[in-house]
Amino acid sequence: MIVSGRKLRVATTSLAGCFGCHMSFLDIDEHLLELVELVEFDRSPLTDIKHCGPCDIGIIEGGVCNAENVHVLREFRKHCKILIALGACAVTGGLPAQRNHLDVGQCLQEVYHTCIGVESLPGGQVPNDPELPLLLDKVHPIHEVVRVDYFIPGCPPSGEAIWKFLTDLIAGHTPRLSHPILRFD
Amino acid sequence: MEPIANSLDAVLEAVLSKRRRDPTQLLQILREVQEQVGYIPPPALTAIAAALKLPRARVEGVAGFYSFLHLQPVGKYRVLFSDNATDRLLGNLDLLGTMCQKLWVEQGKVSEDGLVSVDVTSCTGMCDQGPALLVNGRPITRLTHQRVNEICELIRSRRPLSLWPQEYFRVEDNIRRKDDLLNTVLEPGAALAAAMALGPEAWLGEVQKSSLRGRGGAGFTTGVKWEACRNAPGEERVIVCNADEGEPGTFKDRVLLTSYPDHVFEGMTLAAYATGARQGFLYLRGEYRYLLEPLEAALQRRREAGLLGQGIRGQAGFDFDIEIHLGAGAYVCGEETALIESLEGKRGTPRIRPPFPVIKGYLGRPTVVNNVETLAKTVLIALEGAERFAAVGTAQSTGTKLLSISGDCAFPGIYEYPFGVSIEQILEDCGATDVQAVQVGGASGTCLASYEFHRGIAYEDVPTAGSFMIFDTSRDLFEVARNFVHFFAHESCGFCTPCRVGTSLLQNFMDKLATGHGAKYDLADIEWINRLLKAASHCGLGLAAANPVVETLIKFRPAYERRLQSLDFAPAFDLDQSLAEARRMTGRDDADAHLSSVEAHR
Amino acid sequence: MSDTKKFLLDGKPVVFQDGQTILEAARQAGHYIPHLCWHPDFPAHGSCKLCIVKVGGRHVSSCAMPAKEGMEVESNTPEMNGERRALLQMLFVEGNHFCPSCEKSGNCQLQALAYDLEMLSAHFNHFYPNRPVDASHPDVLLDFNRCIFCELCVRASRDIDGKNIFALTDRGIHKHLVVNAESGRLADTDFAASDRAANICPVGVILHKRQGFARPIGERDYDAKPISVVAMEEVEK
Repeated sequence: MIVSGRKLRVATTSLAGCFGCHMSFLDIDEHLLELVELVEFDRSPLTDIKHCGPCDIGIIEGGVCNAENVHVLREFRKHCKILIALGACAVTGGLPAQRNHLDVGQCLQEVYHTCIGVESLPGGQVPNDPELPLLLDKVHPIHEVVRVDYFIPGCPPSGEAIWKFLTDLIAGHTPRLSHPILRFD
Repeated sequence: MEPIANSLDAVLEAVLSKRRRDPTQLLQILREVQEQVGYIPPPALTAIAAALKLPRARVEGVAGFYSFLHLQPVGKYRVLFSDNATDRLLGNLDLLGTMCQKLWVEQGKVSEDGLVSVDVTSCTGMCDQGPALLVNGRPITRLTHQRVNEICELIRSRRPLSLWPQEYFRVEDNIRRKDDLLNTVLEPGAALAAAMALGPEAWLGEVQKSSLRGRGGAGFTTGVKWEACRNAPGEERVIVCNADEGEPGTFKDRVLLTSYPDHVFEGMTLAAYATGARQGFLYLRGEYRYLLEPLEAALQRRREAGLLGQGIRGQAGFDFDIEIHLGAGAYVCGEETALIESLEGKRGTPRIRPPFPVIKGYLGRPTVVNNVETLAKTVLIALEGAERFAAVGTAQSTGTKLLSISGDCAFPGIYEYPFGVSIEQILEDCGATDVQAVQVGGASGTCLASYEFHRGIAYEDVPTAGSFMIFDTSRDLFEVARNFVHFFAHESCGFCTPCRVGTSLLQNFMDKLATGHGAKYDLADIEWINRLLKAASHCGLGLAAANPVVETLIKFRPAYERRLQSLDFAPAFDLDQSLAEARRMTGRDDADAHLSSVEAHR
Repeated sequence: MSDTKKFLLDGKPVVFQDGQTILEAARQAGHYIPHLCWHPDFPAHGSCKLCIVKVGGRHVSSCAMPAKEGMEVESNTPEMNGERRALLQMLFVEGNHFCPSCEKSGNCQLQALAYDLEMLSAHFNHFYPNRPVDASHPDVLLDFNRCIFCELCVRASRDIDGKNIFALTDRGIHKHLVVNAESGRLADTDFAASDRAANICPVGVILHKRQGFARPIGERDYDAKPISVVAMEEVEK
């Protein structure tokens, strides 16, 4: 996807993730210097831009666990020509999805009320400030909420895998990951 | 409670000794224990396993496979509404809702007092007199709101089933058109006498000359099957009559077994004569449990007349007898190798083929598995000769075919036609007008639109095991297809990956479309799953499971497209519903506590 | 001698003996056909369907289909691999396969096959079933979340160990493994860590306790070489 005369615009974010995939992204080390010749960053933890503008590539780390995640993900889908799920959580739900066999109501009860060592709010109230995003009853991979163009699995994907994928993509090839850099763990 | 434990022991002992502690009788033992105890408690599984010298886990695995066997209490009265597409047309779900409301019970759960449970089950074969239900395994037909109210009263007053009005349990034959088979009056033994006059080889030759093909749908040539079994190495051969009539919308075998049992049993004996088999089984679907006693009586009459048992019709060495095995709610057991597994007392999982049953079937013995109607037809060949038989029908589809007609028509019931009859002709005869589509061959068959009604019923044109369901222009064919997809997901045995997962994925996609959350992407995925089912399924169930969707997608696409909320992509699940629990816990209902299923302007 | 029988696998001749299946003959000749439920020590099972190939335009399970003279078999083609990838995706969404926390990661055949077939996502929607683990046994953990129903444990326990520890119950998408005890607990059986059944699971259901992550990343079965190579090296041994 060569765009003549300008750098590609890339946005990144982490939803229900641990930022490990972003750390791995930084692990491409000296390739970062090559990368900044090719791309510029829009919304991203690297820029602190709060909302995503029109972009060529959006990279999502983390699954979808709450209402805010849904809004952010939709913002990315709306503004990014290409959307990439980065890492196990974005691809499969990952670690946060390990709560999916539990009842979310009971989880909230336990966390804010019955759990030992918790000072519960009066009447066992679960925090209800409208500023707090509500939890979905299950954590989902992002492809169950918006259309996703590409997937880079791994927990986290190695810097090498991320670099290979992005350079393929930027060069206009179909990005391809195979043994040994394709990893789910 | 000591007395109950004692009575469980007594029940177990009686059933086990009647069944000779034979592991091949496992399914029959489980079924009979449940008939007396109401369900199969865990200690019963342990005891049965010990008595049969089987691992307990295997007994548990078999009990868990069949949907009519229960390992937990299911209520003194267990009500199952037949849930075929034709029952839906007649408002079965409305009646079910009424019953649940009146009895204060949630569908699929047992009432708190343990009195009753109400749920749905796959087609019970009463489509011509639906809506229908099974109560403790017994069919009640022609349901109305009034009848449902009466049933609720009977249940609430704990009236034993034996004291319910007998009229409820009346099952009609509804034979509307008779041809060669249904017009034949058989003097028991007459067909056998004719075949025995020819001798086994010549009789087999006669069956081959008739070009009789299997009436169960696949259309394999019966004479070839018999000959392969006859020639297969092995001492003991087996004839199995497949009366596991599970294809939604078919009930012709029920009518044959009700009013023509001698045709069927004589057909089995004719097969035994041709192949040299000494052992016979009738595998009767669990839904037809009520036919067991009359069929046993018919067998007994034939034994007494010298038509079964040792030295049939006085011919030394011609020994053959028939045992009836009941299924327990598993459509897949209509597949012949799954049926054989079930006969052996196992889970009804289809086998790897080859070897085919004619070489290695029941307990490894050469086994012929024939449909009820096929076997009945051999009686005609014996009585009237192959030439006369083959003169009816078409060159590739000789003889007549019984059709089970239901759905939107004035005269549902059984129609016997020579092969080649056109769909138009059938629709006219049964009083169907304003027809949108006909589903021929059941859920796994084919959906014909009006521009195809000139086509004919025949193996080379529109093949069918007998199911013929009519839908008029007021009907929603998407909902019909969705009903069939749910059926396949429920009935998948779960052995192979594509069918186990694919049928459930398909069900989820259809439900997603039904609730207004569908998108073009989903249609593409449905077509992809269909391809995987066709490519990789282990048996015919998976192979056919996407047919209802694929065919209606092609022929009735608007029924799908008007449900598409987004032309591109829609989430896999209901986002707003997914927040409901958190809303409840926090007491919030502000704008940010909700999500639209498509992107809103923010 | 012209009595050696051959078929063509992706255009290459493969010699076979009567009674061999397509998969067995291909394997003996050094050609890998993906599989999960098939195992050299057991008769064909035919449930996972990863070994599907096309013979004369028709799909068959190569583990169960006897080889025949002159057959033309398509296996390593984009079409077959695409369908196999989709079958893997079905297996991934029906269970809970969370590789990052699984002790079997790196030694898991399901995962290795997903690498080999370049499966980047599960594509379908996840079922997220609720399948509690059984940690009752002193030496072995059962994590049913990862079961792919290959029945190798069922078969090994029945046919080799003579113990019948496992069986399948229920059906369709609800099918699951059960343990041979009224309590349903593995601790209440005579299962031992030395049983063949305890050492045959291709995925991470049957795990030996106190041995997790024994081999570091880089030294696991499929770290250095893909499963298609490792499986063929095992044949040579």
